[in-house]
This record gives sequence, structure tokens and C-alpha cells, in this order.
Amino acid sequence: MTANQVVFLVLAAIAGLAAVGVVAFGNNPVRAALLLVLNFFVLGFIYFTLGAQLLGISQIMVYAGAIMVLFLFVIMMLQLHQRSPIVEGREGRGVLAWLFGLALAVVVFASVIVPLMSVSGSPIGDEYGTPQSVGRVLFTTYVLPFEIASVLLLIGIVGSILLAKRRL
Amino acid sequence: MTLPLPLATSMTSDVPLGWFLTLGLFMFVVGGVGVVVRRNPVVVFMCIELMLNAVNLTFLAFARYQIVPGASTEQAALNAMNGQMMVIFVMAVAAAEVAVGLGIIMAIFRLRNEADLDDMSALRG
Repeated sequence: MTANQVVFLVLAAIAGLAAVGVVAFGNNPVRAALLLVLNFFVLGFIYFTLGAQLLGISQIMVYAGAIMVLFLFVIMMLQLHQRSPIVEGREGRGVLAWLFGLALAVVVFASVIVPLMSVSGSPIGDEYGTPQSVGRVLFTTYVLPFEIASVLLLIGIVGSILLAKRRL
Repeated sequence: MTLPLPLATSMTSDVPLGWFLTLGLFMFVVGGVGVVVRRNPVVVFMCIELMLNAVNLTFLAFARYQIVPGASTEQAALNAMNGQMMVIFVMAVAAAEVAVGLGIIMAIFRLRNEADLDDMSALRG
């Protein structure tokens, strides 16, 4: 067990437990949201260990920062804690859902992950995940999807304002 | 000019690819189960974000560990970049999706003043 593996296992344990906590503490949306922030934050560090520096930073800024602030803001505005708590799992479908989830995990693990289990890292260049190299590809090869994504974000902004306003 | 960051090494990592994929699969399954089990629309939305992030992790793991046999160096570099580009676009689409989705949830709350997804069956045929 090398140092890299220990670091990965610690990060993965935190991320996995936080992910389980999001579902397990779903009765309390604020708690679930904060656990999701923890998950996204740790996931950013896992991106760092994969060599993707720019994406690790954007993961922390975009997900753990912007998107989760949006979630907490909506929870605050809806005042979910003052509403009557939702009775969960009254049809016993929770057991069924975990059963199907386990089945999905087993199928994917056996058919995809087991054949790839022995793959070890191939050498990557020093420039692998730097902003320079990512930006060079983003603004040359992927410039059209980039522009489409910006238009999509604009539509998203206008659409969410339209949805959230009481009257125009 | 590039800053010499210690994280970008040209060495091979000794963490197997399967570990990253297993974490991604675990997060995806937990998120999927949460979508089915939970009935609060905001929490269901959070579980969808969890699934998106699991997919992002898988993209980055495959980008880092080239599994295409016999690919040239240029092709491998291109493949590595393609994986990171997908993650960037997933993040952009997720940001737009969250803004619109939370707007819809707020509109539903204002209209019906309830929090149970199972009772939102107005479109049932």
C-alpha cells in the first residue's frame, strides 16, 4: 500500500460516506445539502490526484461553491423545515430500491470494472490538466460546443428568471 | 510559462483504474437509489447532481488512464483532453440545469404549497 493509495482510500471513504449521508439524511434537506458540499469538495481533491488541476479547481468553485449555494438558497426560501415532514417509504419501496441499486452495481462491476481492474496508470505529460493545455483545446477543437454551452447558460438564466418571477 | 505544480507528474500513478471506477459506480448507484427513495424534490435534485458527479469522475479516470491499446502518443494526448472537455461541458450543462430545475421546483411550491413528489401527479394520464 503506497502513499498514493492511502490518500485515495481516505478521500474515497469520505466521499462515499457523504454520498450515503445525502440519501440517508434526506429528511433534513439542509443536512443533505451540506453533506453534498463535503462530497463535491473531496471529489475536487480526487480530481487533483487524477492530475486534472483545472477541473479540480472548477469542481470546488462551480459545484461546492455556486451550485450548492443555489440549493441552500432555495431550501432557505422554501422554508422546508417549517413544512410537515414527509413520511418516507410508506410503501416499503426503499428496500426494493436498494435491492435494484445493488443489482445495478453488481452488473456494472462484473461487466465493466472487473476486466479493467488490472489497468494501471499510463504516463501523462506535465501539461496534462493545466489551464493552458485545457484552454488551448477548448478554444480550438471544442470552440463550437463551447459557444453552444454559453448560449445554453444564457437560456438557463433567462428561463429561471421567467420561472421564478411571480409576475412579469 | 507554466508553473511547476507538484500534482502534474509524468510518472505513472500506482492507484489502479478500478478504484476510481468503483467509487464512481458507488456514487452513481447511491444517487440513483436516492432519486427513487426520496420524495422531497430538492433532495431528489441533489441525488441527480451526485449521479452527474459520479459520471464526471469516471470520465476523468478514463482520461487519465488510457485504455485504448496501440494508440499513438498524439492520439493518447487527444483522448486525455477529450475526457476533460466532456467534464467541462457536463459542468456547464449541470449549472444551467440546476438553475432551471430549482426555478421549476419553486414555481411548483408556490402553486401547490406541498413538498411530496408522489402527490405531484397532475400529468398522470
